[in-house]
Amino acid sequence: MKQTLIALVEDKPGVLNRVASLFRRRNFNIESLAVGHSEVPGVSRMTIVTDEEELLRRNIIKANLFKMINVIDVQDVTDTPCVFRETVLIKVEADAVTRGQVMDVVEMYRGRIVDVGTTTLIVEVTGEPEKIESAIHVLTPFTILEIMRTGKIAMTRGKVMPRSNGTTRAASNGKH
Amino acid sequence: MAEMKTGAEIVWECLIREGVEVVFGYPGGAILPTYDALSKYKDKIRHVLTRHEQGATHMADGYARASGKVGVAMATSGPGATNMVTGIATAMMDSSPIVCITGQVATTAIGGDAFQETDVTGVTLPITKHNYLVTHIEDLAPTIREAFYIARTGRPGPVLVDIPKDVQNASIEFVYPTEPIELPGYHPPAQATDEDVAAALELINSAERPVILAGHGVLISGAMKELRELAEKGNIPVTTTLLGIGGLPASHPMNMGMMGMHGTPWSNHAIQQADLLIACGMRFDDRVTGNLKTYSPNSKKIHIEIDASEINKNVKVDVGINADLGTVLRQINPGVKRLDRSEWFGKIKDWEEDSNERDILQFESPTLLAAQAIRKIWEGTKGSAFVVTDVGQHQMLECQYYSHDDPYTLSTSGGAGTMGFSLPAAIGASFDVKDREIWVIVGDGCIQMTIMELATAVQENSNVNICIINNGYLGMVRQWQQMFYESRYNETPIYSPDYVKIAEAYRMPGYRVETLEDILPTMKKAQEHNGPVLIEFVVEQYDNVYPMVPAGADLHEMIRRPHPRFEKMEM
Ligand SMILES: Cc1ncc(C[n+]2csc(CCOP(=O)(O)OP(=O)(O)O)c2C)c(N)n1
Ligand SMILES: [Mg+2]
Repeated sequence: MKQTLIALVEDKPGVLNRVASLFRRRNFNIESLAVGHSEVPGVSRMTIVTDEEELLRRNIIKANLFKMINVIDVQDVTDTPCVFRETVLIKVEADAVTRGQVMDVVEMYRGRIVDVGTTTLIVEVTGEPEKIESAIHVLTPFTILEIMRTGKIAMTRGKVMPRSNGTTRAASNGKH
Repeated sequence: MAEMKTGAEIVWECLIREGVEVVFGYPGGAILPTYDALSKYKDKIRHVLTRHEQGATHMADGYARASGKVGVAMATSGPGATNMVTGIATAMMDSSPIVCITGQVATTAIGGDAFQETDVTGVTLPITKHNYLVTHIEDLAPTIREAFYIARTGRPGPVLVDIPKDVQNASIEFVYPTEPIELPGYHPPAQATDEDVAAALELINSAERPVILAGHGVLISGAMKELRELAEKGNIPVTTTLLGIGGLPASHPMNMGMMGMHGTPWSNHAIQQADLLIACGMRFDDRVTGNLKTYSPNSKKIHIEIDASEINKNVKVDVGINADLGTVLRQINPGVKRLDRSEWFGKIKDWEEDSNERDILQFESPTLLAAQAIRKIWEGTKGSAFVVTDVGQHQMLECQYYSHDDPYTLSTSGGAGTMGFSLPAAIGASFDVKDREIWVIVGDGCIQMTIMELATAVQENSNVNICIINNGYLGMVRQWQQMFYESRYNETPIYSPDYVKIAEAYRMPGYRVETLEDILPTMKKAQEHNGPVLIEFVVEQYDNVYPMVPAGADLHEMIRRPHPRFEKMEM
């Protein structure tokens, strides 16, 4: 199973570069990374997905993120109840004949048509990453011209959340 | 109203408030405003002009390791800053607290490939604990303060502050921040939880064959007393890493010496056969573990380490405690029981006796051996010198033949293995070490990497005694070629200048020693001289450092020096 991490980071120049550089340097693989402002001014929120399977390595990734001065808090939410979402834009070939078929598929995935060209459509689908995969799979026979995915974003359910004052850090005693 | 100050003045104001006494550096265009402002502060702070920015960083590092304070290096933008890279990486690998201040082109020019512009925060990102590019003068004082705080706390390390020229030239009302530093993302851990202490004690109090692995953390945390108490109270043998040397006196009966690639055979065997490892402030580097798959296979492991990302990184542990070592040992020691471990100590003794017979000092040699020379240096300094080594055979021989009874008396580049470290690091140390003689043990290869700093030593009249162990080779590499590349000595014989003449040219005393008898009298001359002295030791070219665990081999699979009773010694 993929590892999903939520990191709260200081909104300062170069922080994204620091995080990306850490993954490269330590030979960890990032599957996707989504970043944007959080509810706290000056604090950005990242959702990072890695392909690391092994628990000890996962803990090392988390500890390495913790260690960075600009990283305020990190939560490994892989095994925590979460809402996961990802949005994809898919440009497919569609003429007068196939347009209706594509629209049926989009309907099934509760997606939307956001642009109509004479021979193309742009489809927007939002949902769990598995749903995105499936939508892409089903649209493939229509000839996909472009795909743009946002990467997964995550939010824990209920009141479990990373702290923007960094107080959950102390728990990183190597056992997690 | 507060006084107006320029960014350049603020740099010095901040350094002085941090208690900095000496800055090692080299000027240039982008840092010139700061050098100009130095005129106003010359009575409060000293600047040492080095001969290379690499030297400046090693000096800051050497000063930091000797004093426990933060060392400071300064350089200009572009090539000045990139020349610091090796020194910064060296400090990073060995957790040494230094602050590097570099000039940068003006903020308006950044990103435009201006003259001597290099993305220095980008270049040094992976080799600093943290770094900053200061783009607004109001951020300057708080940033320098933060830099010192980050460098010296938690797991120490290098911090770089890059200051564009226009920020140095700008002016602002200078108010030095006094409120405590609060960084939202930086909280060094403090102490162990009760459960951790209980879990560790359960393992310690039931172990039959425990070993303490003492690392650099012992010295950084200042936990020498606590380490000794754990060893003595629990009756547990100790082995140290290269940078852990001095954590327990070498002459302490429970100190087995150094572990790892060129460690003592008995400590490596003890690690392999242990049923408990208590790792104290160390990071299971490949040079101390050998093959991880077969490393200490039957032991439980306790790892006390201030850097959480080191726990379970290389070796999976049973109890990981992420906190300050001294604090944790003070929590653990009261619960440690003394067990009878005579059988375990007996075993260690057997391994030791076999090894002593193989000691090179037992052999007759027609030529002077590096090991003999280093043992004599130990004798001539009564084992109480502050020694700085470089990297290679002479470094490992220092660890084997110079016994350190006091902490903070050995300075050496461990994690990075940076050739050229010793001379500048010793010059840096000389600004703090006043109660001991400083001896540099350096190879003929290494000295030629930073030999230009001899000028700095003479300029500052540093009391450093520089011993060049001249074996005519990049000896450690030659040893690998001999052992693993069928003695094809490609590019390892190395030509040296006449070192006595070099000394003379730099206007310092220089001597050459070729026999064992000459060593002590020559050392005496150096000891009586105030200022730097150079002594060249002409030694056997083809001796090797034993034992040796080949890279990646099992820790107990050491290549041993042939036993004199069974085989003729081969060089
Ligand atoms: C900057 C740098 N370059 C290369 C090496 C690889 N290296 C390790 S030891 C060594 C030989 C050192 O030679 P010398 O100073 O003569 O010491 P000896 O081993 O002969 O005692 C070399 C080249 C290194 N550690 N550092
Ligand atoms: Mg040599």
